[in-house]
Amino acid sequence: MKLRTIGYYFRQAGQSMTRNLWISLAAVSTVAISVFLVGIFTLLVLNANYIVDNFEANIEIAAFVDVETPRGEVLEIQKQIQALPNVASVVLVPKEDGLLKLYGRYGEDRDLLGALGGENPLPDYFIIKVKEPERIASTADYIGQTPKVYKVDYGQQEVERWFMVSSKVRIVGSGLIILLTGAAVFLIATTVRLTVFARRKELHIMKLVGATDWFVRWPFFLEGLILGTLGALFACLGVYFGYDSFILEFAPEMSFLTLINDPVTIYSVLWKLLAGGAAVGALGSLISMQRFLKV
Amino acid sequence: MGLVFLIQFINVSKAFDNKTLALRDVSTRIEKGEFVFLVGASGAGKSTFLRLLLKIEEPTKGHILVGNRSISRLSRRETALLRRNVGVVFQDYSLLNEMTVFENVAFALEVMGCTGREIREKVLEVLELVGLLGKRDSFPLQLSGGEQQRVAIARAIVNRPQILLADEPTGNLDPDTAWEIIELMNGINKWGTTVVMATHAAEIVDKLRKRVIVLEQGQLTRDEERGAYCREA
Repeated sequence: MKLRTIGYYFRQAGQSMTRNLWISLAAVSTVAISVFLVGIFTLLVLNANYIVDNFEANIEIAAFVDVETPRGEVLEIQKQIQALPNVASVVLVPKEDGLLKLYGRYGEDRDLLGALGGENPLPDYFIIKVKEPERIASTADYIGQTPKVYKVDYGQQEVERWFMVSSKVRIVGSGLIILLTGAAVFLIATTVRLTVFARRKELHIMKLVGATDWFVRWPFFLEGLILGTLGALFACLGVYFGYDSFILEFAPEMSFLTLINDPVTIYSVLWKLLAGGAAVGALGSLISMQRFLKV
Repeated sequence: MGLVFLIQFINVSKAFDNKTLALRDVSTRIEKGEFVFLVGASGAGKSTFLRLLLKIEEPTKGHILVGNRSISRLSRRETALLRRNVGVVFQDYSLLNEMTVFENVAFALEVMGCTGREIREKVLEVLELVGLLGKRDSFPLQLSGGEQQRVAIARAIVNRPQILLADEPTGNLDPDTAWEIIELMNGINKWGTTVVMATHAAEIVDKLRKRVIVLEQGQLTRDEERGAYCREA
């Protein structure tokens, strides 16, 4: 492609946008709103994934051993558990440590523990990390059947609730993202169609004097690309500052949840939104003008 | 050496909506450098004939050859290249009113990716030829009908096509202006461009005595060298 021709395409695109300023503004705001919503839902889905991943990484089984079990036998049980296929690590928390923790927790009131009369009523227990969190239930059941282990606990209900909530967020969020992207393509196609329609005579003559399809398409492609990128840019600014203030405002109050806050992830989302907006703009305008090429 | 046929229609029929026959089994040959009048009543198929040549429409049956090549097999890109070699002028001028005379003519060269200098040279040259050099910065609506048609002709020939098609080019013009346009096209023909002109204007056809092809209800009924508008007794 010749440099002069590229210049021509850009001039044509620029002219079309300034001549149809209001239509262009409508297209930019359409893209901005759609991309903004897509951005919000993307962050929602990513955060749901992030929370679940975090949760899965921290998930562990506590297995309690009968109080009277001698230490030697306890170590024996630890080896057995360690040998299970889904077990990543087993840490023994001896009853002495348990008591110290208890002392620590009672603080000023530790005198109350004097009532125990020097006896340690606490059991030894294991903290077990698993390799695959999805299979934690069966692993926990299996450990629970080990002789001398009288109780296992892994926050069963909580885990299942989280898996359910996060999978719903993922499905609904992804669905909305697809719908919104489709709507954005449709809206920009409709908007650009107005500018194409205004120039249909010009396009017809172009074809008659021997313009190739792409020669006619390029200016509209660029126009869509530019309008889409501009709209997406506004949306990205909105998403960036919106999310930033959301984190500042609410993160301290929701310390039980860790939200995505590293710039790398957020910037990569913003880049994808920007590229997506540009693609939506270009695609929408190509779709809308296809009809006018049939000469 | 045999004759070089630039345009050939071989048993060409064109139906619209599967019933209205715009052309019926038309066969004809046009040589390089000819000047041909295409005459007939409105709806006789003259415009369809030209539109088929430009590949705006596809024939329902038959073949059309331009330079020994069947144009029905051309790809979209090749169609664009064909049109660069076939200039066309319409009754309504088909100029872009928001562009100047210069820009309207330059438009046809922009499409081909010519350089700015090339465009300037060729456009000024062709505007001088049609006698509108002084009006190059005017807009079409500031010009008379004859001047507008001359701009359209300039646009059609600026790329020096082998073929110039004209669909009722004088239909909107008074007789004197019409003559100027015909003389211009005759001149273009004398420099070697093949001209095919659809027209109603009997006095022009009768006076020029060029080849006449007559279409009646889509059928080719008469084809005469140095012919007249009406059949002579």
